[in-house]
Amino acid sequence: MRPTAALTPLVALVLASTALTACGGGSGSDPDTVKVSFKQSTDNSVKVMDTYLADIRQQFEKAHPGKKVELVPIKAPDSEYYTKLQQMLRSPKTAPDLVYEDTFLINSDITSGYLKPLDPYLAKWPDWDRFIDTAKAAAKGEDGKTYGVPDGTDTRGLWFNKDIFAKAGLPADWQPRTWDDVLTAARTIKKKVPDVIPLNVYTGKPVGEAATMQTFEMLLYGTNDGRTDPLYDKNAKKWIAGGQGFEDALAFVETVYEEKLGPDVSDALDPNVMTRVRGEWLPQGKLAIALDGSWLPQDWLPGSGHEWPEWSKTLGLAAMPTQNGQAPGKVSMSGGWTWSIPAKAGNPDLAFEFIKTMQTRANAQKWYVANSGIAVREDVAEDPAYVDAQPGINFFTDLVATTHYRPAYPAYPKVSTAVQEAMEGVTTGDTSVEEATSAYTDALKDATDDQVVER
Amino acid sequence: MTATAPRPRLAKTPEDTHPARGPRLPVRLLPLTPAVVLLLLFLAGPIAYCVYIAFTDLQLTGQARASFVGFDNFTRAFGDEAFLNAVWLTLVFTVVSSLIGQNTLGLALAALMQRASKPVRTLTGGIVVTAWVLPEVVAGFLLYAFFRREGTLNAILDWLHLPSQNWLFTLPILAVSFANVWRGTAFSMLVYSAALNEIPQEITEAAEVDGAGGWRRMWHITLPMIRRSIGTNLMLNTLQTLSVFGLIWVMTRGGPGGRSQTLPLFMYEQAFQNSLIGYGTAVALLLLLVGSLFSLVYLRLLRTEV
Repeated sequence: MRPTAALTPLVALVLASTALTACGGGSGSDPDTVKVSFKQSTDNSVKVMDTYLADIRQQFEKAHPGKKVELVPIKAPDSEYYTKLQQMLRSPKTAPDLVYEDTFLINSDITSGYLKPLDPYLAKWPDWDRFIDTAKAAAKGEDGKTYGVPDGTDTRGLWFNKDIFAKAGLPADWQPRTWDDVLTAARTIKKKVPDVIPLNVYTGKPVGEAATMQTFEMLLYGTNDGRTDPLYDKNAKKWIAGGQGFEDALAFVETVYEEKLGPDVSDALDPNVMTRVRGEWLPQGKLAIALDGSWLPQDWLPGSGHEWPEWSKTLGLAAMPTQNGQAPGKVSMSGGWTWSIPAKAGNPDLAFEFIKTMQTRANAQKWYVANSGIAVREDVAEDPAYVDAQPGINFFTDLVATTHYRPAYPAYPKVSTAVQEAMEGVTTGDTSVEEATSAYTDALKDATDDQVVER
Repeated sequence: MTATAPRPRLAKTPEDTHPARGPRLPVRLLPLTPAVVLLLLFLAGPIAYCVYIAFTDLQLTGQARASFVGFDNFTRAFGDEAFLNAVWLTLVFTVVSSLIGQNTLGLALAALMQRASKPVRTLTGGIVVTAWVLPEVVAGFLLYAFFRREGTLNAILDWLHLPSQNWLFTLPILAVSFANVWRGTAFSMLVYSAALNEIPQEITEAAEVDGAGGWRRMWHITLPMIRRSIGTNLMLNTLQTLSVFGLIWVMTRGGPGGRSQTLPLFMYEQAFQNSLIGYGTAVALLLLLVGSLFSLVYLRLLRTEV
């Protein structure tokens, strides 16, 4: 028996270690080929990104005779996409020439030395002046250099079903002023239209960053004075421990699930809940209010799978209010994605040429419309053709004025996980709001090497 | 077949005896070299690298350079409630699904099938083995469909007018344990069927003639005689169960609230979701330790001869 006994754990360890050391392969780099990695939708019927990139590739190959573009799609849920990408970026053998980076992780990857500063390229590129300043800041490292070209931004708000609202006796031009107004509407719907889900807010670890950003931060940034950053103190360069605002935001989540105003907890903690909200619950009229992002209509555009072009007749939009209606009265969070060049890319110059092709005014506009994105180029934002192409775009663009950006420093991904754990605890009822808050503070200290202040 | 066919053993020449063996040894080992090199490269190499990074604070992202941190990752694990929770759940999962479930059920099925008619035997064997050959992820989806709120199990309970339960939510660790029993019992059954067939008919008959009932025969004859198979089976089952990942990942992702997060899932979360490769690897080494502890216990069980 002895040989087997020793072998099995060894095999387990080897499997673990091959997984940990990332997959090898990849054939160095060909000087005439740009390898472009991007996140492919996990929903097979959504091909927005694929179609757009195929078009750009054609334009690029036509304009640069002899050059080729190789698209390297990564099909994975968000959190697994980041992991896969980071593994690829570690080695020159696997690093593509161009990657699609979420601004939520970009600083973390910059600190790891995975990305190349783009300043020399940007200095010679006149279009860069067209980008709005907040967007330019999104891809800036702590060293002041820029590591990515943003391809749009997003904002968040409340989507509501006007038909359900009519049945519940609620107005079609609903605009809640406080959190209580939101909960009251949900309670009314629960009572009057019992067969629908009154309100969806993402929660817990299975949905990852969506829980943190679409729900928790949309609440948290509306507490206190509604303007200052409740997560990170920029002047002290320290993270802020869980305080009253944190507890209030958690209590909101707890109320939604305790009073059964949200989906069944097991559905809420299902990793596929995001796909269900967009593909099933909203289009089929099973959900009254959704706190969600501006990009939802990309799933409903013609040719995208769950076609629902008439959504703008059924759904209304309302800004997420601050806790007690304090100024500025509404909250939104913004993020977005950028195109970056890996430090170990073989063809950085050609990769930047590809970025330029993607970001001609016409192509940028095409992309904003295709993915329901919000323009980060002034020239596009002012174009009536862009505004008319997307219902709701004015609403979400207006939110940019009062939006917040996450403190996307290297510790942020771990801070985000700690928030999700706190949320999951109160959602399942395993922990009280106070316990979850103090557990968050402990996790925060651990994740940031004790760079924490009490407020 | 060829001109240089080996000489028959009996025709040994003096050169073939001990003193002359030395110089020929390297030549004999030559064919082994590729295998040894491959083993060193692909087995020992990654393991050594693994052990090394378990003592560093290597991260997947968010860090310019990793540094050596000694035993920090290990002390951190033992102070981490989530880790202790994962150790506890791993033990529950292993004991319930492997030791009790797969092992006992496998033995019972094997014993019953000894006596069953051929069609019954073929049918039962077929069903159980099907569960076993299904890929882990497919089995995970099937059992997810079985246990989920609108799933088959609750439909059956409803039909029997029994209260239905949200199994994956209220009792996730038991649900995944049951899934593992369902999937892994066939292996035990096959091992035990083979062992039971090895028992000479005469011994059982003699015991029967001496008036030993079914239970006594089981306890005093059958079990002692298949003791070695029990040890082997327990060890293989346990090691397989300790490393179950896909099944739990598909059914619950370790949730809700970490209530089915066994060590492999905890390790994955730390290494790939929190990017803490160093810490995750240290946990992997601890999992290895748990596996070896179980193995040691079984080896002792095997050593005492009947």
